[in-house]
Amino acid sequence: MKMINITINNKKLSVPEKSTILDAAKMLNIKIPTLCHLKLEDFGIVNKQATCRVCVVEVEGRNTLVPSCAQECVEGMVIKTDSIKAISARRANVELLLSNHPKDCLTCAKNLDCELQTIANHLNIREIHYQGEMMNYPKDESSLALIKDPNKCVMCRRCETMCNEVQTCGVLSAVNRGFDVVVSPAFNMDMINTACTYCGQCVAVCPTGALTEVNNTNKVWHALNNPNKHVIVQVAPAVRVAIGEMFDMPPGTITTGKLVSALRALEFDRVFDTDFAADLTIMEEAAELIHRIENNGTLPMLTSCCPAWVKFFEHQFPDLLDIPSTCKSPQIMFGAIAKTYYAKKANIDPKDIVVVSVMPCLAKKAEAARPELTKDDQQNVDIVITTRELGHMLHEAGIDFKHLSEEPFDEMMGESTGASVIFGTTGGVIEAAARTAYEWITKKPLEKVDFTQLRGFDGVRSATINIGDQQLRIGIAHGLGNARVLLENIQKGISQFDAIEIMACPGGCIGGGGQPYHHGDVEILKKRQMAIYQEDKNHRIRKSHENPAIKQLYKDFLGSPNSPKAHELLHTYYTPKERI
Amino acid sequence: MSVKSKQVRIALRNCGFINPLNIHEYIAFDGYQALAKVLLNHTPDEVIDIVKESGLKGRGGGGFLTGLKWQLTRQSVSDEKYIICNADEGDPGAFMDRSILEGDPHSVIEAMAIAGYAIGAHHGIIYIRAEYPLAISRLEHAIAQAKSFGLLGKEIFDTPFNFNIELKLGAGAFVCGEETALIHSCEGNRGEPTSKPPFPSVKGYLDKPTSVNNVETFANVPAIINLGAPWFSSIGTETSKGTKVFALAGKVNKVGLIEVPMGITLKEIIYDIGGGIVNNKKFKAVQTGGPSGGVITVEDLDTPIDYESLANIGSMMGSGGMIVMDEDDCMVNIAKFYLEFTQEESCGKCTPCRLGTKRMYEILDKITSGDGDMDDINKLETLGNVIKNTALCGLGQTAPNPVLSTLHYFYDEYIAHIVDKSCPAKSCKALLKYSIDAEKCIGCTACARVCPVSCIAGKPKELHIIDQSKCISCGACYDACKFDAVIRP
Repeated sequence: MKMINITINNKKLSVPEKSTILDAAKMLNIKIPTLCHLKLEDFGIVNKQATCRVCVVEVEGRNTLVPSCAQECVEGMVIKTDSIKAISARRANVELLLSNHPKDCLTCAKNLDCELQTIANHLNIREIHYQGEMMNYPKDESSLALIKDPNKCVMCRRCETMCNEVQTCGVLSAVNRGFDVVVSPAFNMDMINTACTYCGQCVAVCPTGALTEVNNTNKVWHALNNPNKHVIVQVAPAVRVAIGEMFDMPPGTITTGKLVSALRALEFDRVFDTDFAADLTIMEEAAELIHRIENNGTLPMLTSCCPAWVKFFEHQFPDLLDIPSTCKSPQIMFGAIAKTYYAKKANIDPKDIVVVSVMPCLAKKAEAARPELTKDDQQNVDIVITTRELGHMLHEAGIDFKHLSEEPFDEMMGESTGASVIFGTTGGVIEAAARTAYEWITKKPLEKVDFTQLRGFDGVRSATINIGDQQLRIGIAHGLGNARVLLENIQKGISQFDAIEIMACPGGCIGGGGQPYHHGDVEILKKRQMAIYQEDKNHRIRKSHENPAIKQLYKDFLGSPNSPKAHELLHTYYTPKERI
Repeated sequence: MSVKSKQVRIALRNCGFINPLNIHEYIAFDGYQALAKVLLNHTPDEVIDIVKESGLKGRGGGGFLTGLKWQLTRQSVSDEKYIICNADEGDPGAFMDRSILEGDPHSVIEAMAIAGYAIGAHHGIIYIRAEYPLAISRLEHAIAQAKSFGLLGKEIFDTPFNFNIELKLGAGAFVCGEETALIHSCEGNRGEPTSKPPFPSVKGYLDKPTSVNNVETFANVPAIINLGAPWFSSIGTETSKGTKVFALAGKVNKVGLIEVPMGITLKEIIYDIGGGIVNNKKFKAVQTGGPSGGVITVEDLDTPIDYESLANIGSMMGSGGMIVMDEDDCMVNIAKFYLEFTQEESCGKCTPCRLGTKRMYEILDKITSGDGDMDDINKLETLGNVIKNTALCGLGQTAPNPVLSTLHYFYDEYIAHIVDKSCPAKSCKALLKYSIDAEKCIGCTACARVCPVSCIAGKPKELHIIDQSKCISCGACYDACKFDAVIRP
């Protein structure tokens, strides 16, 4: 690697070619403040806009200050990161942002999680010298998943980068000019009328309270306090490896047992596991795949667990609606089973059951309300909260999460396998499916359950798995832009697969829009992924079809995978949607 | 002195002399000779050398050496390159480029083909604002003619050189005159600048090497090729060669487009060409460089103008707006006018330009309304410097210039507005306090009858009095009084 010699604050150092000044300063343990900057290295995600002008530094020979996030080092460059000129310019730019920002920090959804707040504090801003007109746009609360408050926007454009470059949804972009500029869908449409998939990646990267989730915690409190309701909760795989971060636990801490204790402490009537439903999904999905392969059905088969992905293909590939699996997502399968099988076994009227989901995801909120997933005016799942919202509820209830003891899930819908927990990361669903498909096709036990060729963080991956004398060609994409590439290649006939797993969020559900904020630190996502695979290893049973509770469910209620009963409860259909 | 004698016409050489709709007339005036010459007799590198030797600098405002820009674009390795003509003229009051495109469209087309040959591009784009319908139709007509004459298209002059030009219409955003914003707009994206580097010569239109040159720059090129670099560089100053077209406007007797050699003084322009100040009033300042420029005062009237000297006195060449102001023009108000323009035309991408110019405008508005305080001066200076130092593009970095320059040269006027609550030029209405001379008022009631806010009280044949708290300083009473009894501040 070519090295470049530079000087920062009178210290000489060599940095690899293409390093930015920001990168170089980091090598000297200088953290230049940044606001719009976002770089998730291993995902190839960079917000290159350089709009905030907060990270400016002095470069010898340059008349103007230079944004350190965008400027690459050049041989012989002499840089000052701490001159009064640079520091006061940073401060002035942050003051300008604050002069156009509501000062309702104490009641803002992002309070203490806001990067603007942090930067104002770090820059020692104690007075805002500039006052004047402030933006006054209406809030967009049209969708069930996210809220857009343009008045808190600092025009970092991270959301645009995620929406357009990473996810290729093209919903959010800057409109108008000058002071009136605002990030908005085309024609000022409400979010609910757009092709937004509710992946929530805009929310995941928004530095302020301009994009937040729809908060459903009050609905949960009301349900919990209603004596006539039997409130059960399910937790998605990715929640257990992330929620600890909200209680000062290191990223990647596995907190499954504490999570169960915490939910019991909130007095849910039953604490169940979405992993149970993930195993069920594998039963149905693997059966569907084998059926398609054996009967010359449509291939590839695409996974359908991710609601953002489902909405994406409905908008963007309406002519390919026959290729996704018809399986409902695990969250919805859970609800469907809870309100039939569980209701019957527990002898409770399904109308009195409230199914609450804790999800790493915003799209799950909108998914729960899809008319296809509602039966007799009853949603399969009633209330969806995110990992973050659960964290806030636990804070509210004063539950000392970190010191809770570990408890197991309740029986009947709480048992799970290692196969289901890896649903939380990219590559996991298809690996779980492969474990089951292998045994079903070959009728032999699978000795080595880890399909490591399916793992990793590359945006588009492919692998061929030998199953007996058959070869299963598998494609994997995470991030909707990568999914688009994969699908377009299939349309063009460039690539051929038997099964494809797609997750909308970079990294899969571990990087979901409802997870504790990673603030651009990709290491956090890696640690969550490692924890997911560790949790898989911790399970005694690591194949979905060996889950005893699942076996019981089929025996007592569903019959066999893809049976008429299973189809009625666990499968769905898709509807073409407009692209804009 | 006649209006013409101090002028030298190179860019405007054919404007008004030939019929722009008739290619034969352009050809009769040596049109397309330069293109033939370069295609038949010169290598691309030789063309670049000629343009470099001529010393031609970009006439759009930046003043970057045109030949060097072409050379950098030529040196970039790529399968495709582009040449773009920046016809997004947007400075208030400027119409140099429009006049060239309307009066001599072929000179730009010919020059673009020459530039295309020099940098290795086969495709040219003219980015022109949709508000210039006549220029657009003349260009369309001229491009069609050039094609039918084989001067655009394949194998021009039977050489292997192919070149075509298409028009892209801009929607009138001032910022699209900035080259990276212009390129994004051409691509169909939002017209907003991106950080440089990478420069367009490396990564421009569709990520290919691109040279963006202004209309007037192009109009000079055929003349340079035909008459030679030494001829061109013999005109002008040591560092700035050739001529510059200015849109002379404001309080001079003769307004309009002028083309003058670099090195001419402002005094020559205003008094010899412009015929002096209207009504023999006192000259106050000249504003050059449009919203990016600054004011030049009487003490610099004898400075020979070129790119460097204008920058040294706090203004800039810009694209050629030149507005002359007299004693009736309030400099705070002028600064406010430009800030209003830039803050509206900011793309809104970077913080200092989006919010900084807005706050500066608000402060200026406060000062001209009589509500300013001394701290506002500090704020203007601080904000001005922060914007200059941290804005993303040239538009933002130069936006505070009108304020910083007037603050420098007309500090007293700011103080008068803030401390004395008066506008020395009697231009800021909020600071004008009318009163009635008790000696002269005969109580005719004329003033009270015209007052739109009914703030003048008094019985007929008795002294009338203006309620200062309600007065909006419209001046209607002053105009209505036949006895000179209303005292204008």
